[in-house]
Amino acid sequence: MASVSLKNVQKNFGDTLVIKGVDIEIEHGEFVVFVGPSGCGKSTLLRMIAGLEDISAGDLSIGEKVVNALPPKERGVSMVFQSYAIFPHMTVRENVAFGLTIAKVPDAEKNAKVQNAARILQMEHLLDRRPNQLSGGQRQRVAIGRAIVREPAVFLFDEPLSNLDAALRMDMRMEIANLHKQLDATMIYVTHDQVEAMTLADKIVVLRDGEVMQAGAPMDLYLEPDNQFVAGFLGSPAMNFIQVNVSELDATHAMVIGPGLAPTRVPHRGRAHTAGQSMTFGLRPQHMWPAEDGKLAGVVGISERLGSETVVNFRLQDDSSLIASLGTDQIFTPGQTVAFDFDPETAHLFADLK
Amino acid sequence: MREFVPSAQLMLGTRYLVLVLIAVIFIFPLLFMAMSSLKPNLQLLTDTESMRAFLPVGELSFDNYKAAFSRAPILTFVFNSLFVTATTVILTLLVCSLTAFSFVFLQWRGREIAFSMIIATMIVPFETIAIPLLLMVSKLPWLGAEGFELGWLNTYRVQIIPWIADGLTVFLFVQYFKGLPHEFIEASRVEGASWWQIYRRVVMPLCGPVIATAAILKFLVMYNQYLWPLIVVQQETYRPVMVGLQYFFQYNTAWGEVMAYLTMITLPVLAFYLFLQKAFIASIASTGVKG
Repeated sequence: MASVSLKNVQKNFGDTLVIKGVDIEIEHGEFVVFVGPSGCGKSTLLRMIAGLEDISAGDLSIGEKVVNALPPKERGVSMVFQSYAIFPHMTVRENVAFGLTIAKVPDAEKNAKVQNAARILQMEHLLDRRPNQLSGGQRQRVAIGRAIVREPAVFLFDEPLSNLDAALRMDMRMEIANLHKQLDATMIYVTHDQVEAMTLADKIVVLRDGEVMQAGAPMDLYLEPDNQFVAGFLGSPAMNFIQVNVSELDATHAMVIGPGLAPTRVPHRGRAHTAGQSMTFGLRPQHMWPAEDGKLAGVVGISERLGSETVVNFRLQDDSSLIASLGTDQIFTPGQTVAFDFDPETAHLFADLK
Repeated sequence: MREFVPSAQLMLGTRYLVLVLIAVIFIFPLLFMAMSSLKPNLQLLTDTESMRAFLPVGELSFDNYKAAFSRAPILTFVFNSLFVTATTVILTLLVCSLTAFSFVFLQWRGREIAFSMIIATMIVPFETIAIPLLLMVSKLPWLGAEGFELGWLNTYRVQIIPWIADGLTVFLFVQYFKGLPHEFIEASRVEGASWWQIYRRVVMPLCGPVIATAAILKFLVMYNQYLWPLIVVQQETYRPVMVGLQYFFQYNTAWGEVMAYLTMITLPVLAFYLFLQKAFIASIASTGVKG
């Protein structure tokens, strides 16, 4: 069993605290994605799990064992790097077999395992080539092959797809998802791409400035974000935010009003406390539709017709800019006044972001 | 008036012409040496007044070579130099690359200071440490075949060991190691490789160009050793080629024999250089991997 558990894990570089006490529980077989903007500490956290960075405070356990002081090779993990890091002086076969060669696995067993990994990754025909004869996607396959051949309990992926072009990225994403199903291993995956996070993860951990903003199943985070940061990070186009004031509230809902927003009764999920409080109102672009008497009124800026959808950018009277994403092809002209309506139950209220 | 635009062929022609001129300038001394070694003393000196000095003309023979062999134990000298040089080059590459490895890939207290001190040794000229070093090696112990002995004078080791540690070679390796992608080392660590395995199996195989460069530089330094062996070696048995040159300037200088001797001792250098040049180009070609 390879659960991974982080308890109040911290990391400082000199005086700067870059990981500020992170608690994450990862169960055996789970696919966990660390996601966040650059500089949020997600790669550092992954490298701490790998053993490539020291842990300044807190406990990291893999299985039931605290591994803080163990070198990478004793942690039972393998890692796929963004730059692939496959060795240019070795053939694909030697690259994939590297960990087994180091561990002095007998040749027959080693060859069988390499063959098996090559079969899973459909690269049997590449085994005798050198890395400089491979395309980017093939190199990434080799890097993954090197990781799976040792059958580690935990796989670590550090932005493995970010060097690939968009089409290839989608293929590889599906392959990684398949791999997870086949291998029954714990996988921890770092990315800044929320699409990868949403599609691959059993559990997403959203990080910001070295802190966990929220962790949970992708749709839970999408539908019930705890704070404005998570709400804005997941979903594309990003959630709209406007400043509103609470005029009255009860146990579940608050009446809010803002420039360009007619008084609306929306669920506050325990985050509104007093009448008169200033809050951030959030609404996903997909949750609006044009309506004569819509609650949000403004002037159209740019609209993009994508065929299957139409993305409209419009401005409220206080000049704040919103985006609506409509599931049909519709024509808007710049400067046209427009009103959008929405189901108040799909709206969110957040404390103002610090 | 039409502007003069040089054609591609003209540009290429000019480039070749310049390169040929430079090559000729570099090859002339060698040519002079080789041609003179075939000529009798008198003709050799008169030929220097014209282009004949660079041409195989007049009375040619291998007499100078025969005379040179009878004047000095040339094979012994060449063997000594090659043995000392080869041993030192191999040990220097090993020791200095390991030193550089620890500076670049291992974390230890004081490594920056240690590195700057090693770099600082490069600016100390050998002449200033020659005498202190002599006093040192003359008293150093050694456990040889005949048991414990004192003093290293008149040996191979005195010509080899003081030259193994070398700031320039450490510097070359450090620079090269810093340019290697860090992920290679990290991936190896995660895959379970020890530091020694990382050095042996990952880092050094990628170091072809710097190994060739360091080896050529060290080879030249060692093969051209003069002052140090002059001081520490008094016996002909351990004498290297450059000190051996003195044999030809004792009594009367026979220039033909000098040239024959020089021609012979230049050949190993040329051979080594050509060999490494090939390895050097091959290694550059094989590391052409995009990130």
